[in-house]
Amino acid sequence: MNSTDLIALLPYLTLAATSIVVMLAIAFYRNHKLTVFLTLAGFVFSAASMGYASGVLPREVTSLFIIDRYAFFYLGLVLLAGFVVAAISFSYLEKHPGHSEEFYLLLLFATLGCTVLAAATHFASFFLGIELLSVSLYALAAYLRHSNKSIEAGVKYLILAAVSSAFILFGMALVYAEAGSMSFSVIASRAAGPEVHHLPFLAGIVMIIVGLGFKLAVVPFHLWTPDVYEGAPAPVTALIATMSKGAVFALVLRYFTRIDIHQHASLLAVITVIAVLSMFAGNFLALLQTNVKRVLAYSSISHLGYLLVTVLASGVLAQAAAAFYLTAYFITTLGAFGVVTMLSDGTRDADSMDDYRGLVWKRPWVAGVFTAMLFSLAGIPLTAGFVGKFYVVAAGVGSALWMVIVVLAINSVIGLFYYLRIIVVLFTRTGDESPALQRTSRSGSLVLAVLTILLVLLGTYPGPLLDIIKETVLF
Amino acid sequence: MILLWLIIIPLIGGLAAWAVDRKDSAAARWISLAALALDAIVLALFWSDSSTRFDLSRGAWLVELNRPWIPQLGISFHLAMDGLSLVLVALTLFLGIISVVCSWTEIRERAGFFHLNLLWILAGILGVFLSLDLFLFYFFWELMLVPMYFLISIWGHENRVYASLKFFIFTQAGGLLMLLSILALYFFHGKETGIYTFDYALLLGTKLPPFAAFWIMLGFLIAFIVKLPVVPFHPWLPDAHTEAPTAGSVILAGLLLKTGAYGLLRFVLPLFPDAVAQVSQTMLVLSVIGIIYGAVLAFGQSELKRLVAYTSISHMGFVLLGIFAGSRIALSGAVMQIVAHGVSTGALFIIVGMIQERIHTRDMGQMGGFWSAVPRLSGIGLVFALASLGLPGFGNFVAEFMVLLGSYGMHPAITVLAASGLVLSAIYSLWIVQQVFHGEKKEGLHLADLTMRETSMMAAMIIVIFWIGMFPRPLLSTAYPALLSPGHGQAQEQPVGATGGEHEQH
Repeated sequence: MNSTDLIALLPYLTLAATSIVVMLAIAFYRNHKLTVFLTLAGFVFSAASMGYASGVLPREVTSLFIIDRYAFFYLGLVLLAGFVVAAISFSYLEKHPGHSEEFYLLLLFATLGCTVLAAATHFASFFLGIELLSVSLYALAAYLRHSNKSIEAGVKYLILAAVSSAFILFGMALVYAEAGSMSFSVIASRAAGPEVHHLPFLAGIVMIIVGLGFKLAVVPFHLWTPDVYEGAPAPVTALIATMSKGAVFALVLRYFTRIDIHQHASLLAVITVIAVLSMFAGNFLALLQTNVKRVLAYSSISHLGYLLVTVLASGVLAQAAAAFYLTAYFITTLGAFGVVTMLSDGTRDADSMDDYRGLVWKRPWVAGVFTAMLFSLAGIPLTAGFVGKFYVVAAGVGSALWMVIVVLAINSVIGLFYYLRIIVVLFTRTGDESPALQRTSRSGSLVLAVLTILLVLLGTYPGPLLDIIKETVLF
Repeated sequence: MILLWLIIIPLIGGLAAWAVDRKDSAAARWISLAALALDAIVLALFWSDSSTRFDLSRGAWLVELNRPWIPQLGISFHLAMDGLSLVLVALTLFLGIISVVCSWTEIRERAGFFHLNLLWILAGILGVFLSLDLFLFYFFWELMLVPMYFLISIWGHENRVYASLKFFIFTQAGGLLMLLSILALYFFHGKETGIYTFDYALLLGTKLPPFAAFWIMLGFLIAFIVKLPVVPFHPWLPDAHTEAPTAGSVILAGLLLKTGAYGLLRFVLPLFPDAVAQVSQTMLVLSVIGIIYGAVLAFGQSELKRLVAYTSISHMGFVLLGIFAGSRIALSGAVMQIVAHGVSTGALFIIVGMIQERIHTRDMGQMGGFWSAVPRLSGIGLVFALASLGLPGFGNFVAEFMVLLGSYGMHPAITVLAASGLVLSAIYSLWIVQQVFHGEKKEGLHLADLTMRETSMMAAMIIVIFWIGMFPRPLLSTAYPALLSPGHGQAQEQPVGATGGEHEQH
């Protein structure tokens, strides 16, 4: 470890330092505003230090991390998500009784865990990232101690995430026993050899996939998703939906591309089944929901199914499609849960359809943002989701994955039903249409406005982002 | 740049109408009207100019705009206009103005947002008619759906939510198939030439293996015939047309259906000449089924608006017949029918809307004896009922006559069956006249005759339908060369009918 290594690690160190600063600040002077400010500043500094650190890339720091442009792209996304969640949480937590400050501490830890995942190149750092993320999320999901639902969500997540961690750990042990190394690059090279057919090796890989599938909430490992999404506080749901999935996906994509899963027919078949099931199950179950948070939960399952198509497709286009789709998904999901957060009050989250009835006539801007986000989830033009869907389909067609792509197309149509159903509710005439008096928080509105602008910008002029993706993500 | 302005003016006009609505909803209407009028003036200046500056008869692009948009994927912002687009753009603006005027008193709630949607639909349709990049085309294709969905689901009649959902999902499903086809074409072309592009001009003449060409063509075809609509892809149409507000029905019948026909003319025929030959027989049969099915079902309706909706299916059957008959005259007839049906059916929907505004029902059982009570409304109603049945003198007659004439040479049996549609249309048109305008006046009906605004709007439509019926040549000579441009190989190779030579003199 020398000074260049430290420079490469700067964004990570900044995040870690911020969590310590925030912890100390809470210990000495408990103030919600100050904590939020420090947290946001930490995210900004971390992002800024990426610019400085990018000069020394790519760099392998110890045997645990590979700090490259690929990691930095997803690092940027994770930081964006962290920033947005912190910003929308402020007014949300103000409405709730109890201390709010530790929330940001946990948020910083979770973010750190995600950034570690995006750069992990070793079982140790991989597991470190997963646990850093999961443990923070247990506490975050149960953060509203006065709410039974929140505690239920926390406990549920705790038990299931712990089980999935156990799977991953056992899988690692088996793989280590066969491969004799915990470094991904060594394992990847072994995977090309005859060891791949040894039972312990295969079993280990399968167990790791089970654990990752749980984190990504893909079918059949999705059962926790709706309950946790529903019960957890809205900003935390945003966090689970975006950051934790995005970081795990970045890791999956990196190594599946590296070992070239097209060499492994069985692995390919498994991923295909998971993708197809996720699309169908996510969309069909979403049709049955009446709770907005649950609808979004199932919709996120199907979106991960779409995203897995990019893992199945090969080539440069697929990697670019994954990065673009994930960016669009981040912005859209953050925006949608941002709206849910803004409309929630101190007693319950705004998750019933009634909270949204005729909203467009009462609070046109918030409803407008929500409509834009829903259209983006459905993949309608002018939004980032449209270009993302286009890109994913293009990647699939380019690799001639006809069956999966047709499934994707069918599912987009099914998806329309429930997105439009929410939009119809937003536009219903209720009779009582006086503008609501409830004040919207300034920071939250600002963040939502920026997200919406980004959404439209990516939907109409995606060129600059595609250039960034080309520079960073492609191997 | 004129092409860009044509699309941008309604977009901005819509936003402006929405913005001023908080203070004054009348201003919103005036702004929308002004924006469309401005657009029409731009187009009119260009049209009068183009006859001198450009050579229409060569069928080349009159004006083109090509800027890189997403160069990483080979997507460009490529707009262009030829005679066919020119005619359709003119129709769009004409019906656009009409639909603003016809909702002047019908839409009282949230007029600003209504006009925002209305103008954005028009902008989307203009984009569809002008795009020469397949990605851009798909973009506009999807874009026009969203405001239309809002138009139906917010301002529609009783069953609006169901109808709007059905409309959206049918067209989206078709659109996604088209997306798959567009991408498949993109990759085939890229692999063959090394140039990955969505540009129409470059994709034209891509060498495709016959098997792939067939499936890719099918994706496009289904998207367009859902929109047209062709039986059995029509179930969305009666609901959407019936439940939409008047302006929505006018735009649906007059323009949205036409985007399907335009897609067939612009993309399916030129891009896949060989694959089209495989399906043209099926399409001809479907067109006849549509003509007869629509007419028979129209006759069975008791609700006036639904009746008019079913007549659309019948009339669009002629468009399909004209497109796939494989002769130039039939092709010109199809274009003629696009315009004539747009105006005449639009007018019928407006008449239904005006009746509904007055007596608050669309049930024909509750109408009757309007002739003595509201002579002006009834007279105009009669005119368009006659136009719809294809009486000589109206544009519809010229159109249907040309389609039948053009297809008789090669498909006599099909043509004979299709001609029976003319008889059926006489039945349902006269049925409307009898039920609504003649007969005993129902008790308790109080009607006001047309206002100045309504009269002048209908007068404009009557002039247009007569003009294209009596003097179709300017329209044909504008659109016709475009149909013969290099892409339209299929139409070119076919034998020319007896009067086909007339057009070559230009």
